[in-house]
Amino acid sequence: MARIVYREIGGGAGFASLLGVLAAFIAAGLASAWYMDHYGHIVTGMTNRIVWGMPHVFAVFLIVTASGVLNIASLGSVFGRTPYKPMARLSGLLAIAFLVGGLTVLVLDLGRPDRLIVAMTEYNFKSIFAWNIILYIGFLAVVAAYLFVQMEQTMSRFAPAVGWFAFIWRLVLTTGTGSIFGWLVAREAYDAAVMAPLFIAMSLSFGLAAFLLILMAVYALTGRPLGDQLLNRLGRLLGIFAAAVLYFTALQHLTNLYAAEHGDVERFILLEGGIYTALFWVGQVVLGGLVPIALVYSPATARTRAGLAAASALVIAGGLAQLYVIIVGGQATPLVLFPGMEVQSSFQDGGIASYIPSLPEIGLGVGGVAFALAIAVVGMKVLRFLPDSLADDAVDPRYRPGSDGGEHLNPAGGVSP
Amino acid sequence: MTLTRPNPYIRPRSEAQGGPETGRRDVLRALAAGAGLALAPGVTLYAFGGPAEARPPGEPASAQVRWGLLIDVNKCADGCTKCVTACATENGWSDNGRPLTDAQWIRKVKVTDPRTKASKSVPMMCQHCAEPPCVDVCPTGASFKRADGIVLVDKHTCIGCRYCMMACPYNARSFIHEPVEDQKENVPRGKGVVESCTLCVHRVDAGRIPACVEACPAEDGGAMAFGDLNDPQSEISKRITKYASTRIRADLGTDPGVRYQNL
Repeated sequence: MARIVYREIGGGAGFASLLGVLAAFIAAGLASAWYMDHYGHIVTGMTNRIVWGMPHVFAVFLIVTASGVLNIASLGSVFGRTPYKPMARLSGLLAIAFLVGGLTVLVLDLGRPDRLIVAMTEYNFKSIFAWNIILYIGFLAVVAAYLFVQMEQTMSRFAPAVGWFAFIWRLVLTTGTGSIFGWLVAREAYDAAVMAPLFIAMSLSFGLAAFLLILMAVYALTGRPLGDQLLNRLGRLLGIFAAAVLYFTALQHLTNLYAAEHGDVERFILLEGGIYTALFWVGQVVLGGLVPIALVYSPATARTRAGLAAASALVIAGGLAQLYVIIVGGQATPLVLFPGMEVQSSFQDGGIASYIPSLPEIGLGVGGVAFALAIAVVGMKVLRFLPDSLADDAVDPRYRPGSDGGEHLNPAGGVSP
Repeated sequence: MTLTRPNPYIRPRSEAQGGPETGRRDVLRALAAGAGLALAPGVTLYAFGGPAEARPPGEPASAQVRWGLLIDVNKCADGCTKCVTACATENGWSDNGRPLTDAQWIRKVKVTDPRTKASKSVPMMCQHCAEPPCVDVCPTGASFKRADGIVLVDKHTCIGCRYCMMACPYNARSFIHEPVEDQKENVPRGKGVVESCTLCVHRVDAGRIPACVEACPAEDGGAMAFGDLNDPQSEISKRITKYASTRIRADLGTDPGVRYQNL
């Protein structure tokens, strides 16, 4: 195995135009945030019934993905898988980028984003939300330290310990994010401990999907070698993570179905919820779960980059659908004020709350994604995050041509001997 | 109708206090006050049973008091919204014809038995829980409960995250979606923060009763009673002792300060 050499990505017209496109989306996001802040949330689709909408779908997606994308680094440092170690720096960079992107969306959606300093200085330690703020800031610090000990030769002896610490921190962080919903005792759609492990499974799945897409895109655009076996293994791992999401989702709904009191919420999400039911079954379960699993395991597509890219994109689309169902669908059903009774009011108590996301909300969310990607791209440009080569023989000391069942990823699709 | 009706449910401190536990606390409080605190005169007056109904400026709310409401829904007429109107007038919020984004500090909820179709009209507002989920979840501590049980939002530290609205079991909180105008002197409001029924804290501190209670036109003293749930001699406590009452979603263990009779 050759020594891994890390090098910045080149500049040039391609780099500039990519940044230009991202900057346009970031500008649209900022304009959306200004519009919402200036006129108030009246210009959004959010109401006093659906208090968290599309910005939260994007923000939570980015935050969950941030913790998941760090898993690639953990595979090397915590689980000792040597072939993944060269990707640890990129993993850390993307973790920071996605978290900053998600937090930016979250902050700009606040009713008073100008009071960010209050959120950073006044803490109610009984609030899981306050703990999350600490966990997010800590995550940025821990991952930054992790990157430092990896990139500074004299500090490399600390890398395993810091890697372990970062791994534990990310598990706690995603537990916290899931618990923001899991600890809402009054809401039938949440109030479940399974939210924490569900969110951890989601983070592993979304994070790996995002990592794969970015890895393949960057290595293709920069013309650097990327090993087929490496991608093949990550693809199979993606299938396992996607299955884990389906498992915890099944557990979440089966547990609810067993309790008669949650029957109305489950009937809404699983059967009668219109867009939410469609997003759940078609978006999350089929397109975001079953199809990607089939793509990474079926012989026809399993070892093709097109199949892997499609599976990754579907996992991400399914993830957004899942978060939309959890966050918006979970609020659409009415709170049970008087169990067993019918209720009506000027606040539409007892009725399903409608929500139509507005353009500024979507603009803010997409702007957050663009911001995360811009941080990643600029990071790769200015610092040495990317190995010159991720070819199989460069990263895996045990690599033997054809050792993976004699099949390799083929850029054109299909299986090469 | 005057808006300065004194609070018939608040008895003078001298009457309301008593019992060894209270006395011991008062001595401790007086000792603390004697240690050179600026609040000493007010605290001392309170501790030794001054006849203050209104809370003097600077004196903290007392944990000996638990303000609460008792609402007799048999007396609450379907279609009557006088409490809602009075609250809006007193606190400066209004119906702009957008019920899902307008502030609704109090609303009337029609509760119907699906089998018998018998229905009741129930005023619903912040329930001023002893264990308020909104206070638990607020990241900055802007949602807080006063010592006397009134749950409030500090408009200076609320960042508008709306997590309290996710946590409230009663949909009692409103996020301000639009710029607000014509604010009332005692009720600061602002776009981008969360607000809810304050139990007319500015009136209660001045020794008066909440606007909704005062406006309730029902016979026999109205459908709503306000008072100190901790004082066994208060009118509200006597009624709760005499008649069965219930709390909405009592199963959640939030111990609301608002009770309902004949629900």
